[in-house]
Amino acid sequence: MSILINSETKLLVCGVTGSQGRFHTAQMLAYGTKIVGGVTPGKGGQSVEGVPVFDTVREAVENTGADAAVIYVPPMFAADSIIETVDAGLALTVCITEGIPVLDMMRVKNYMRGKPARLIGPNCPGLITPGECKVGILPGYICRKGHVGVISRSGTLTYEAVKQLSDRGIGQSTAVGIGGDPIRGTGFVELLGMFENDPDTEAVVLIGEIGGSGEEEAAEFIRTKMTKPVAAFISGQTAPKGKRMGHAGAIISGGRGTAASKLEALGNAGVTLAPTPDRIGEFLEKAVKEAGVYERCLLN
Amino acid sequence: MNIHEYQAKELLAAYGVPVPAGKLALTPKEAYEAAKGFGGKAVVKAQAHCGGRGKAGGVKLARTAEEAKELAKKMIGMKLITPQTGADGKTVRKLYVTEMIGIKKEYYLSLLTDSANACLSFIASSEGGTEIEKVSAEHPEKIAREQVSAEVGVKGYTARLLAKKIGLPEENLREFTQILQKLYRCYLENDCTLIEINPLVLTDKEGLSALDAKITFDDNALPRRPEIAALRDELEEDPKEIEAEKYGLNYIALDGSIGCMVNGAGLAMATMDIIKHFGASPANFLDVGGSANEEKITAAFGILLSDRHVKAILVNVFGGIMKCDIIASGIVAAAKKTAIGVPVVVRLEGTNVEKGKEILRESGLSLISADDLGDAARKCVALVKAGEEA
Repeated sequence: MSILINSETKLLVCGVTGSQGRFHTAQMLAYGTKIVGGVTPGKGGQSVEGVPVFDTVREAVENTGADAAVIYVPPMFAADSIIETVDAGLALTVCITEGIPVLDMMRVKNYMRGKPARLIGPNCPGLITPGECKVGILPGYICRKGHVGVISRSGTLTYEAVKQLSDRGIGQSTAVGIGGDPIRGTGFVELLGMFENDPDTEAVVLIGEIGGSGEEEAAEFIRTKMTKPVAAFISGQTAPKGKRMGHAGAIISGGRGTAASKLEALGNAGVTLAPTPDRIGEFLEKAVKEAGVYERCLLN
Repeated sequence: MNIHEYQAKELLAAYGVPVPAGKLALTPKEAYEAAKGFGGKAVVKAQAHCGGRGKAGGVKLARTAEEAKELAKKMIGMKLITPQTGADGKTVRKLYVTEMIGIKKEYYLSLLTDSANACLSFIASSEGGTEIEKVSAEHPEKIAREQVSAEVGVKGYTARLLAKKIGLPEENLREFTQILQKLYRCYLENDCTLIEINPLVLTDKEGLSALDAKITFDDNALPRRPEIAALRDELEEDPKEIEAEKYGLNYIALDGSIGCMVNGAGLAMATMDIIKHFGASPANFLDVGGSANEEKITAAFGILLSDRHVKAILVNVFGGIMKCDIIASGIVAAAKKTAIGVPVVVRLEGTNVEKGKEILRESGLSLISADDLGDAARKCVALVKAGEEA
């Protein structure tokens, strides 16, 4: 078991004929992801890596039965691409694109409200269910199939955490990068809920960063609703106020979104906090040992 | 992106928001002429991208045009040091000379992106002219906040609720409502991320006027807003940051002694954190991104080396899509271009890591390799500390 994606997921790649789309289509296919089609307006009828290309998402869905899409479309057109996948009825859209204007994402977010569609990202590395399906740009070879869920706002820090877990003999159920933008699709709370309900997930690693209030909301959810152990790391603890640290969402402004506030909230919710980024695996191990599920988390 | 006060006011005026009349002055003579145009009495305001200008001596009152000229002489070229500029301060290159208006009351008004609720929010307060963070912390009851959908616009009731909360006279409600609607239009049509009017004043002629204004824009939207991108003043930015931007590198100058080169924003911040944890400070934030080529890496290394505060360099790369051999080749190429006079600790992990390590070994460069992030940070901090003691 896992969350969101598995070996049955039938994926479309939007922006499949671009250099990013092409490269990662090959990478995802090599990992074993079932890619059933690609979409680039005006390029219908072509094929990329043996994958048929369609002009629109709706045509691609009608012809392939796809149920998920990943977007590698340039930033000025990515919001339209998300709306197109939602209108075509896809249950899951993963947007990798970095640099989408925030007002575009505001409209996307409001448009999606109440619709049976889920967005991961944008500005994210995607997600992976080890051994089954990879959607996005994560390096698959560092992952091991197992029982720890990973949720992160940062791409490379996700890799760091996953590798530390794998090195300790701890596998992952699903690892999800939710993205570094201020307005994003699925957040920490929803994913924590999914991992809590996933019978195959024993514990969760949460990697947050400065800016926004997602980590504080996650802490409230963990405190009141989670039974599974959670370990966390917050990056940007030493970032100066008012400077945007790469991610559009990673900024401390008006005294809100500080690492201190996030660490305090998570600590109060009983989350095991890793003091430095090189010890995330170690503190997850500590958390699962205390919860008595360490044996269950180890690789066979 | 930030712009100057005079640019913000010109933009607001173009949308019909009332602002005091003003003129840009680059010389004392221009300041004199501008003040004369306002009948001699004028406000001379230093233009620099930082808040707290008033307290730092960047805003002065002139009673005569002659006095405006004398003030301008002193202010052009002065270093403005405010809590936002750091110890180095900012050099004043431009002045904005405005008419003096009589003030009955100062309010605060801003419009910003409310990410958590995917909408815009107006913030208003009866306590204008001071730092809003301070008001928010000490008198949260004096802050009024109203959400506005980016689809339906500003309705009359929103303006009424805000006006009541801040105690605006009923007679000014109509004008206030129009100002909110104009700010909203300006915000959406230019991809703003903040419009702040502090203070919005009630004048002795019973009208409202934006006495000071700050606008910031969404960098991601600049490609579709060329007229906004043209307002950029590169002299206000760190030259290292501008150089980095040319190569698509995400660089922010800080004031520590360890230069950092990392892939990924989250990992870059985490690298800064671990350096601090072991007792030193990062000289910068640098995310080389996921698609850096050898040329980009060479440029990035050159920028780190050009910072005279840098006493050691920490390279921390977790190659996912980014390949370690490309990072290694970039470092070697940079070392050929510029002599590396500081110790460099390299931690490579991920895609093509063995190939990357081999390139570094065969280069003959005296680099210090590290096993993991903790090891790298410890070694780098130890080197800087040893250097300080020597």
